[in-house]
Amino acid sequence: MANVMLEVRELTTKYVTRFRENVYAVDHVSLKVEEGKTLGIAGESGCGKSTLALSLMGYYFPPLHYTSGEIIINGRNITGMNPDEIRKSILGTEIAYIPQAAMNALNPTQKVINFIEDVILAHDPTESKKNIYELARASFETLGLSADVLHKYPVELSGGMKQRTVIAVAVILRPKVLIADEPSSALDVTSQKMVIKMLKDLMANGFIKSMIFITHELPLLYNVADDIMVMYAGQIVEKGTAREVVFDPLHPYSKGLMGSILVPEEGFRNTRLTAIPGAPPNLKNPPAGCRFAERCKYVQSECKVTSVPLYEVGNGRAYRCILPEKTLREAYQHAR
Amino acid sequence: MPGENNTCLSGRGLTKVFGFGRRKTVAVDHVDFDFREGEVVSIVGESGSGKTTLAKMILGLLNPTEGELYFQGKKLDLSTYGKKREYWKSIQAIFQDPFSSYNIFNKIDTVFLDCIHMRGGRHLPRAQKIEMMAEACRFVNLKFEELTNKYPFELSGGQMQRLMIARIFLLKPKILVADEPTSMIDACSRATILDYLLDLRNEIGMTLIFITHDIGLAYYVSDTVYIMERGKFVESGSADEVILRPKHPYTRRLISDVPKIYEEWDLSTV
Repeated sequence: MANVMLEVRELTTKYVTRFRENVYAVDHVSLKVEEGKTLGIAGESGCGKSTLALSLMGYYFPPLHYTSGEIIINGRNITGMNPDEIRKSILGTEIAYIPQAAMNALNPTQKVINFIEDVILAHDPTESKKNIYELARASFETLGLSADVLHKYPVELSGGMKQRTVIAVAVILRPKVLIADEPSSALDVTSQKMVIKMLKDLMANGFIKSMIFITHELPLLYNVADDIMVMYAGQIVEKGTAREVVFDPLHPYSKGLMGSILVPEEGFRNTRLTAIPGAPPNLKNPPAGCRFAERCKYVQSECKVTSVPLYEVGNGRAYRCILPEKTLREAYQHAR
Repeated sequence: MPGENNTCLSGRGLTKVFGFGRRKTVAVDHVDFDFREGEVVSIVGESGSGKTTLAKMILGLLNPTEGELYFQGKKLDLSTYGKKREYWKSIQAIFQDPFSSYNIFNKIDTVFLDCIHMRGGRHLPRAQKIEMMAEACRFVNLKFEELTNKYPFELSGGQMQRLMIARIFLLKPKILVADEPTSMIDACSRATILDYLLDLRNEIGMTLIFITHDIGLAYYVSDTVYIMERGKFVESGSADEVILRPKHPYTRRLISDVPKIYEEWDLSTV
């Protein structure tokens, strides 16, 4: 049994709007990431993927609020810890986060080395600048970035380079878990490949111990992740290995997602993409039954009434649908 | 002379140079093309290959440094604003970022009314205009009753992009240039947008020009693919020919950079 790097039990977090309405964007999510593994999170926009990433750090600021559940990073329970304490001893060293479009958030008046100094000095104010520079240079060189980058301003770097710099800065303190939220969505295919290669290298070189990768691009996710978790309307609707979820999806929503894949491979040209009709429900007052019922092709009468639990199928495979595995597989076979 | 049977738009020696002297950048370098009527064309290249500059020249938003464009067999003359306006009745565009494509001060009704007026419908009765707008909305599965009196920024990215397609439906142009129409929306809405665009092509028989870096997308939608590297077309041909049997090393590299499902994705070649 490999070491569990991150374990989350029934985590629920909510947004509180101006009108005091509660929006539960992450609803009883449990997950486990083992050492050396990458967990992929898929789902369309507005499904709570990014909110989950934010919630995992245990560092909440309004309008995001913690409701219930536990987060255990490397054997240490961080639920209910003081935000200052979390910032000093957890963020950066235990868990690091690369937000979406992080590369556009770099301060244009600072050089790359200043960002690294900021990160390290926040954790250890006594560190000398010379040591920091040496450390930064060593890490950058291991990651295949030139040490010249350290003396450049963000505007002097290309998009792909900026993104790789952001990643290098995020992992400078060697966190146990790295959360990458759409790290390659604004890049072209060539830069995207470089970013992905870098993330894989981080794992191989021991900079990080495990990773959570968030994207809506399934072909990319399939190539990066060991396990995939599909989210819909704040809930997990399916869990399994990458191969299982992509080639043998159980939940109708995961099946729908597979219909939107575009790859330059023979046979994809003559198939018509099948989009899922409609939009995700408003989480201010989520539907009583299955949250996907409104858009589901295989909807039953009881779907809209009773809420559906996550059924464990074994070997870490789970799905949230009242129909049995066999019926679902037969229905998909028939649809083809 | 370009302009044989059903050629809609052609370019000869089209060039755009930015800057001059030592700081000269040749963004598009003597490019020739012939787009046929009703064809779906993709121009594929990585960032900085000059594909957007080419699109802007085709749209008449940038003046070419050298070379000529021929529209329906006639040399294109865009010397005055009036002539440009006339040209834009036949060519329209959808851009990458739906959030910055709309005037934030105009309501959705205004957006549609502008289109109707541009096609000479200014004197139609109000009821007929509303019927036209509702029909356009139905085409992209939106409800006009829910959109009227709203502003574009109240919609989601996917809805805005669909609204853009509804606009095109009203305008019925000869050519539509789609510059990365789906790169800012997620994979689910992407399928919807592409399907509506292809339906629209079948409905009004326009030429569709996709500008994209996503070779998977190009393979799915296009009849003809042009691969662009540093301002030049390095390979062109039918989608099956170019993407399944690529000849140029640059095309091969682009294809190998896309993550795939049934083949191994080789990360060692970066």
